Amino acid sequence: MTDYLKLDHLDKTFQRGGQVTEVLKDINLVIDCHEFVSIIGHSGCGKSTLLNLIAGLTQVTMGAVLLENREVNAPGPERAVVFQNHSLLPWLTVYENVKLAVDKVFSGRKSKAERHDWIMQNLDLVQMGHAKDKRPNEISGGMKQRVGIARALAMEPKILLLDEPFGALDALTRAHLQDSVMDIHARLKNTMIMITHDVDEAVLLSDRIVMMTNGPAATIGEVLTVPLARPRHRLELVSDPRYVGAREAVLRFLYERHRFVEAA
Amino acid sequence: MAISTLKPVTSRPAPVPAKVGEVVPLPKRKDETPMRSLLAKRVVARLRAVAVTVIPPLLVVAVIMLVWQIAFGRPGSSLPAPTTIWQEAKDLILEPFFVAGPQDIGLGWRVLTSLQRVMIGFGLAAVVGVMLGALVGQSVWAMRGLDPIFQVLRTVPPLAWLPISLAAFRDANPSAIFVIFITAIWPVIINTAVGIRNIPQDYRNVARVLQLNTVEFFFKIMVPSAAPYIFTGLRIGIGLSWLAIVAAEMLTGGVGIGFFIWDAWNSSKLSDIIVALAYIGLVGFALDRLVAMLGAFVTRGTSAQ
Repeated sequence: MTDYLKLDHLDKTFQRGGQVTEVLKDINLVIDCHEFVSIIGHSGCGKSTLLNLIAGLTQVTMGAVLLENREVNAPGPERAVVFQNHSLLPWLTVYENVKLAVDKVFSGRKSKAERHDWIMQNLDLVQMGHAKDKRPNEISGGMKQRVGIARALAMEPKILLLDEPFGALDALTRAHLQDSVMDIHARLKNTMIMITHDVDEAVLLSDRIVMMTNGPAATIGEVLTVPLARPRHRLELVSDPRYVGAREAVLRFLYERHRFVEAA
Repeated sequence: MAISTLKPVTSRPAPVPAKVGEVVPLPKRKDETPMRSLLAKRVVARLRAVAVTVIPPLLVVAVIMLVWQIAFGRPGSSLPAPTTIWQEAKDLILEPFFVAGPQDIGLGWRVLTSLQRVMIGFGLAAVVGVMLGALVGQSVWAMRGLDPIFQVLRTVPPLAWLPISLAAFRDANPSAIFVIFITAIWPVIINTAVGIRNIPQDYRNVARVLQLNTVEFFFKIMVPSAAPYIFTGLRIGIGLSWLAIVAAEMLTGGVGIGFFIWDAWNSSKLSDIIVALAYIGLVGFALDRLVAMLGAFVTRGTSAQ
């Protein structure tokens, strides 16, 4: 079996002036098709950098990112990103924001009517069809993030990259959106990689949780397979011993073995 | 033990005066205003808003006129008083668009001629300025190479360009247009460059994931994102253009509000000059408001993140 996405001995160093900072060191990971993988770690451990490497927004220093055995080193719509702060263009309406992506990715492949249907289909998927003519500053934070997800999904990506997608949202909205993402993953079977610092979120959504050690020169500390069947329901899981066990394992990793050391 | 500690709390009388479940009606509103008086109220409110903005400047103008009249009202004073201006230049004030001969036309026509030059020069400056600004804002090397030159050239006064452009174009009209162009372009370039440099990295990332090409990036991300900055530059630019056209026309001659002032000075028609000044001020104000309104319309939604 071929590997779908392979991170092969990734190193990333940043150079500023004469100073070289080693951010990521020797990252090795294989992600299967349709898999949902979370990357969790303390802030500053380089997890967002890792996502940017996969997205191609940042160049790897050493090693390679292989998607279906082909190296990727530039950004592209087959690795769509849901950005942390939604990154919708404020001068475009919700519909136009998705349209920008759809027109670019499907120009020549879909007719105008087909593209319109596809935009609406994706907005309806995140329940934002009703607000298609609103501008981003007229809708709530949760709604913006929904549109961000719709825009990414509309690119029909091979891999959906989510960079702390719910970090800026309140707890209730976040839970609601997590359910939406689970639902979308169940329906479309996308391969998804999500950066998070929320243990519950990681356990609830993921097939596997990748735990990062602290930087500098952070690497993958452990990979935990979440032994929970899908579909998962948040309320039923609260008392599920496997859920509690997985949660405990992640917490132990983060707070016992790789406790965040404040820079003195 | 637990019961004894709870006791004082439960025994306290509830501070509710009304009976439980009783509905307390809200006091009735006394003035159930009919539709017509409501409309009248709204009209009055609107009129008041207009009056608040219009009356103070009118009052100040009246006071200035009065002081002016008192100061220069005596016969033999160096400048004409408002009443003298009204007597001597009544036709210019009341009829902006008369044509009585090739050089005897209303101030409206002269202003329009000047405006035409400004529009051409400023239009070119806007297009070239935004493109150069985008280049300087986007490319570090373009900035390093061009920015120092821009910073030096922008301090050159508009009229200093006139002799050289007269020599180059050998004609008054294109020279005047070039002076407008070279005056208006600097603020457009500099503000556009700042706007481009301030495009959030997120928008750039979106463009990169979508693989937008340079042209798409320019029109779909750069221009809308930098629009508030671009319009600030355009607003400064149109103000400077209007400043420069009067000076340029004074020297190049022909039809135009600037030359009219020079001509009036040569024939000692001080009243005409003062009327022309009022025209220039009002048109300049209108131009500024026009660009500001255009900017507010185009950038709606952009400024509010």
